Amino acid sequence: MIALSDYLILGAILFSLSVTGIFLNRKNVIILLMCVELMLLAVNINFVAFSHFLGDNAGQVFVFFILTVAAAEAAIGLAILVVLFRNTRTINVEDLDSLKG
Amino acid sequence: MTFEKFVFYLFAAILVYAATMVITRRNPVHSALFLVLAFFASAGIWLLAEAEFLAIVLILVYVGAVMVLFLFVVMMLDIDLATLRAGFINYMPVGALMALVMAIEIFLVVGPGNFGLDKMPAPAARPSSYNNTEELGSVLYTVYMYQFEVAAVILLVGIIAAIGLTMRKRPETKYQNPSLQVRVKKADRLRVIKMDAED
Repeated sequence: MIALSDYLILGAILFSLSVTGIFLNRKNVIILLMCVELMLLAVNINFVAFSHFLGDNAGQVFVFFILTVAAAEAAIGLAILVVLFRNTRTINVEDLDSLKG
Repeated sequence: MTFEKFVFYLFAAILVYAATMVITRRNPVHSALFLVLAFFASAGIWLLAEAEFLAIVLILVYVGAVMVLFLFVVMMLDIDLATLRAGFINYMPVGALMALVMAIEIFLVVGPGNFGLDKMPAPAARPSSYNNTEELGSVLYTVYMYQFEVAAVILLVGIIAAIGLTMRKRPETKYQNPSLQVRVKKADRLRVIKMDAED
């Protein structure tokens, strides 16, 4: 039988990989967005596993809402990216310093 | 090793491989395609955890809509990959180290010592008549009705924001103003002049 810890460790590995991805691709906004999607996937795996093992479907309902919000986030993020590229001809994070932050 | 366990490890290996490829590929198109593979693998894992509805939603919504949107944007933008990849190797050690530390820390919390089979026994398999979609639907439209409506509003905001951000007025575009067209009077367009008849 598959233990709950197997699911949780898989989620942990996936989450760590996406954090590494954010470190490695810190200039490319598209890959950064993809890493955020991977992180959400890792969290969702944890939710589904706990929902399965505790016999409570509230976890699955929560995953449903996370998927909804993530879809809206991806759509808006990509729209911002398109506008950004149209105005500056670049998606390099280091070029985005007009706010002097 | 049981067949169930074999399937789990197979899908988990595919998932970790695909995630590694997503963060290391040079070409963002390849990254997007590997992310699709990762979603497929995790849908398989969700099926094993008896979350059939969410597994299908993940493929339909994520692979079918969100990843296609990603691919569309990646292919539409003309990106200079060389400058974006600069410093990739420099960040590799610190990134890998941090990921390793983080994975070990999470492992210490959620490892077999705390969430193993002896602590958290696997639930009995559901009967074949069990309908996951029906189960979720029956709570989604009753207990979680308010949250469901908030999710719908969030999607509406998403639509409006995406359209509002990307829509632009081109100066060279010619367009009609229907209200002006309707309000036009005969006097605005027609001028009667008196002149002598030609011979």
